[in-house]
Amino acid sequence: MSRSRRLKLQVFRVIVFLVFGAFFLVPIGAMFEFSTRGNTDTAPRTLSAWQTIFQTPDLVAAILASLALAVITSAGMLVLLVPTMIWVRLRLPRLNRVVEFLCLLPLTIPAIVLVAGLAPEYRWLSINVSESILTLAFVYLVLVLPYTYRTLHAGLAAIDVKTLSEAARSLGAGWATVMGRIIVPNMWSALLNAALLSVAVVLGEFTIANLLNYVNLQVAIALLGRANAGVSIAVAVASLMFAFILLVILSFFGRPRARVAQLEADTTLSWGQKT
Amino acid sequence: MTVAAKPLVETAARPVRGGRRFALDWLGAVPFLAYVGVFLLLPTAIVVGGSFVGPNGLTLSNLTAMNKPFIVGAFVNSVVLSAGSAIIGAVLGAVLAYAVVTGNPDGVLRRLVTSACGVLAQFGGVTLAFAFIATIGFEGFITIWLKQHGINIYANGIWLFQLSGLLLVYTYFQIPLMVLVFLPALDGIRPQWREATESLGGATWHYWRYVAGPLLAPAFFGGLLLLFANSFSAYATAAALINQGSIIASLLIANTLTSEVGLAQPGLASALALVMVIVVAIVMVLYTVLQQRTARWLQ
Repeated sequence: MSRSRRLKLQVFRVIVFLVFGAFFLVPIGAMFEFSTRGNTDTAPRTLSAWQTIFQTPDLVAAILASLALAVITSAGMLVLLVPTMIWVRLRLPRLNRVVEFLCLLPLTIPAIVLVAGLAPEYRWLSINVSESILTLAFVYLVLVLPYTYRTLHAGLAAIDVKTLSEAARSLGAGWATVMGRIIVPNMWSALLNAALLSVAVVLGEFTIANLLNYVNLQVAIALLGRANAGVSIAVAVASLMFAFILLVILSFFGRPRARVAQLEADTTLSWGQKT
Repeated sequence: MTVAAKPLVETAARPVRGGRRFALDWLGAVPFLAYVGVFLLLPTAIVVGGSFVGPNGLTLSNLTAMNKPFIVGAFVNSVVLSAGSAIIGAVLGAVLAYAVVTGNPDGVLRRLVTSACGVLAQFGGVTLAFAFIATIGFEGFITIWLKQHGINIYANGIWLFQLSGLLLVYTYFQIPLMVLVFLPALDGIRPQWREATESLGGATWHYWRYVAGPLLAPAFFGGLLLLFANSFSAYATAAALINQGSIIASLLIANTLTSEVGLAQPGLASALALVMVIVVAIVMVLYTVLQQRTARWLQ
């Protein structure tokens, strides 16, 4: 590459990063600015909005509910999906395409559509089983399937599941031992990635909770926004930062250099749909 | 007779045992299939079925109601918004992705940008709406600053809470999504191809027009379609930004579903949802086709 072209490229890159950096950082900075405003134009900066977060019981309840939903969804997803994927890989290869299709299907069915069909189901659930907001975990598990399937699929593809399980079986191991003590320990990073992705999705979910009349974190932020914009924006910044930290952790975990591009492609596909 | 009958029974038993093992294998997939059936396929079936059910039994009235002006208007707005934000997002996202890919592939900058894009592409919704209200809302940071300098960005109406506002806000998650989709394709472009073009006497224009352009086109248009579907089905951001009215299809579905004055029309909501899912499904099928074309050239 000639020197003048390299120079031009560097100038281009610097300009692009500055412009896009400004476009993406200014609104986030503005949220910080907004959440630290005093009551009047001339009042000094204050952190009272941030302190009020913990003095607003509704908000604390919503944060706790969302965190509980995130944990339940991640755990449920691992319990349901991991054994199924291993089993299908080993014993039912013909079902592979079906499972993949079903897992990616939520990308094609927008949450706003899903909720129209879920309304009667949740009416039944709230009458016959429970009115708790934690029942949302049932549908959240479906929402995270595309995100987690790709990650777990990559994790399983990286190890020789067949040979490992045959070796274990020939030494007398049962299926539970094969899954719990042979395969799962070999794909820890994929499990962790899948769980973190689920947490990020659940904490950001608004559509389904809002339309089924449950108050999770995002719904609480939206409701509060009408009464006390400063506090709700403070929570919004906090949740954004939390998700960013989760994804940075994720990007440092178990990503061998050669697979970075592949995994990027995998996560990419999963970012297909907005909730 | 009894002696002769014995082996008959045994030979007959073998296929039975084989069949049972086969069934037991399938049993392992039952929990997953049942779960997905109840919480994904059944709701979808309820939407499809519900489109054909009215207060007096089976009817096509929900679907024929689709030509009402406010419904057509909402869908037209949705298409305009989605196409606009997809085109802006795809072009700007491709530029940003190119700037990223020309840097160090293992560098901190790239890692930071991809992580940030992951968050920003996903964390739309309420957070995003508030970010823009805090920036260019009435009391927004930039609005106030510009006002102090004699510029009123709302001189021609409060566009932030209208379609043009949504267009601006949507680009905020469309650009990062495009970066995530387009990066792997750009990674597949080899520097040797450029060198080969140059050794054959081609200029930069020739390289982009005849080599990189055609190779990247499927990935670019695939990304464009994904962005379209992404915006078409988005609800949370619009709901947080626009409190009243149903200017786009997703808001219309929500308002038809949960009308607070007791005018909820589940049949009509289902029919609207059906139209939306058909549009998204068509776009996603085209996206998959383009994805496969991309994969053929760029490993």
